[in-house]
Amino acid sequence: MTAVEDVSPLLQVRDLRRYYPIRTGVIARTVGHVRAVDGVSFDVYPGETVGIVGESGCGKSTTGRAVVRLEPPTSGSVLFDGTDIATLSTARMRRLRTELQMVFQDPYSSLNPQIRIGDLLAEPLVAHKRLDRAGARAKAAEMLATVGLPKLSLDRYPHELSGGMRQRVGIARALMLEPRLIVCDEPVSALDVSIQAQVLNLLKDLQGEFGLTYVFISHGLGAIKYISDRIVVMYLGKVMETATTAEIFARPKHPYTEILLDAYPEPDPRLRDRERIIVEGDVPSPANPPPGCVFHTRCPYAQDICRTEVPSLNAAGGARHQVACHFPLAQEAS
Amino acid sequence: MSVTPAVAAPSLLRVDGLRTEFTTDEGPVTPVDGVGFTVAAGETLCLVGESGSGKSVSALSIMGLLAGNGRITAGSVLFEGQDLAGLPEPELRRIRGHAIAMIFQEPMTSLNPVLTIGDQLSETMILHLGLTKAEARQRAIELLEKVGIPRAGAVVDDHPHRLSGGMRQRVMIAMALSCRPKLIIADEPTTALDVTIQAQILRLMRELSAETGTATIFITHDLGVVAEMADRVAVMYAGQVVEETDVYTLFDQPKHPYTVALLKSIPHITTPAGDRLTPISGSVPSLVHLPAGCRFRERCPQAMDRCATELPALQPLASRNAHSVRCWLYGETGTAVPA
Repeated sequence: MTAVEDVSPLLQVRDLRRYYPIRTGVIARTVGHVRAVDGVSFDVYPGETVGIVGESGCGKSTTGRAVVRLEPPTSGSVLFDGTDIATLSTARMRRLRTELQMVFQDPYSSLNPQIRIGDLLAEPLVAHKRLDRAGARAKAAEMLATVGLPKLSLDRYPHELSGGMRQRVGIARALMLEPRLIVCDEPVSALDVSIQAQVLNLLKDLQGEFGLTYVFISHGLGAIKYISDRIVVMYLGKVMETATTAEIFARPKHPYTEILLDAYPEPDPRLRDRERIIVEGDVPSPANPPPGCVFHTRCPYAQDICRTEVPSLNAAGGARHQVACHFPLAQEAS
Repeated sequence: MSVTPAVAAPSLLRVDGLRTEFTTDEGPVTPVDGVGFTVAAGETLCLVGESGSGKSVSALSIMGLLAGNGRITAGSVLFEGQDLAGLPEPELRRIRGHAIAMIFQEPMTSLNPVLTIGDQLSETMILHLGLTKAEARQRAIELLEKVGIPRAGAVVDDHPHRLSGGMRQRVMIAMALSCRPKLIIADEPTTALDVTIQAQILRLMRELSAETGTATIFITHDLGVVAEMADRVAVMYAGQVVEETDVYTLFDQPKHPYTVALLKSIPHITTPAGDRLTPISGSVPSLVHLPAGCRFRERCPQAMDRCATELPALQPLASRNAHSVRCWLYGETGTAVPA
């Protein structure tokens, strides 16, 4: 599944920004901007899964929504197979949308409660004039089997299914138009622990079967590690570090990545007293991010330069390990 | 922080055969059905389970905080020998917030938005400890410092909305500690927090329980949090405790097929990648349509004929102290399901 270097990326996100105006008063005067996404760049190669991980307010979901153009970017480009979808006309975007699909956190709020599962699945095919109603319904039945749902579910309403089954419907719906890229936004976060592995394994199996490419967004390090080939770590609208999954977990180079890994409650009581850094303080507001490196207010290693100069995302450990830090961590043998 | 308590350790809280029923439009449901566990002084018991396992309703039953359509229909809740299950509301109220305190998942809904932090902290101390207003304010500032709130002297006059989620949860912890309770019940106190903030709060709670000797019932769905916090663990499934033991035994030698399966289904980050997760098939049964016999039977890879007809009892393993399992693989007692 790991991408080969000489293959060109399916998705290239370049210096993506998404600012939301902060308005106040009766005339809604703009007094500032929330920099939800502030200069994000990363590549996604065909057939791989890129995980975007970070805490609330880091901009990971906004990035995902911009990739499928549910959010118009303020600036920057999103090249999908060479076409910049950030600036594409609505009509051309509509055609391209079949190739870019999204799976949401809560399928209950993304599936129309008054429409039967069969019709929910058939609708995009009919809307895009791929198949007639009967054909679309047959395809829906086939897709239900693919995601492991009983055929009976065709005539059920979303509320009649459990959370895990609803997420299978959400995935089936994303697959109906045979997309090439699926953005999964916290797809297992709302599910019970015992169900999460079902959905993660399903996503892995479907990727193999249909040659899908995923952008997988989550705050859960466990799920991110399990499903991703490469990982993008975000903090306050910026990319802190990006590398292969094995590299990120074995040799984190950004202090924030290290702190994120240290904070994860690993299900092993013998690790509870391990050496680790627990960072104090809260995430600053993206409406008023700190100058210099956005992480410097919580970073145990911050120096003067970190308070004034924004570090750029540089290759630190080979071309595929990039870190935005003035003092990337040197890794002792562990 | 206590080590694994011996069986003979006197329990601060002993819950026995607790059954809580709610009347709903779909008929009566019993989200807590024969729950029993003990908490020794100073120890942390984690109640772990998925949604609908009955862990939160168990806590609310202990505290006498059930909604109007819920009531305890059987069992006892012995706190220092006194049964809270039958206690009238005024007496319960004296225990709540004083000897037993509670911390909820979302502090914003349990803090009063129009009162200052200091007023809210002082209120219980004036009521339960008989402090004067000035004494209570001084102690409120000390408590805020103790839970790691910077500028406590100023924050004491702030309103809750001025604080971040992590800071609000620290205030809730300060409030829970204010009357020096013997037992704190914390219901998913870090679930709404980011992981770096969760790590702060978990560390704080561990330090405070070691320092004050307060026992804790820590309710969570996250086995990682259990591994960080618990001395002992009660695993709940569909309204019942299915396994209870110390935290190391639970992770090293889980016995109930549900516990075993749950541990195999969660990802680890410290081990190298590779192994495929083994999911648990199916989903948690609805409380309205509970299966007869063992409630995990339909998802259990080791289910036998008997599991469909008889409900096993939670019983101690013959081979081990202080390790109880509700499963026919390990015991001979239970109740036949009436045909």
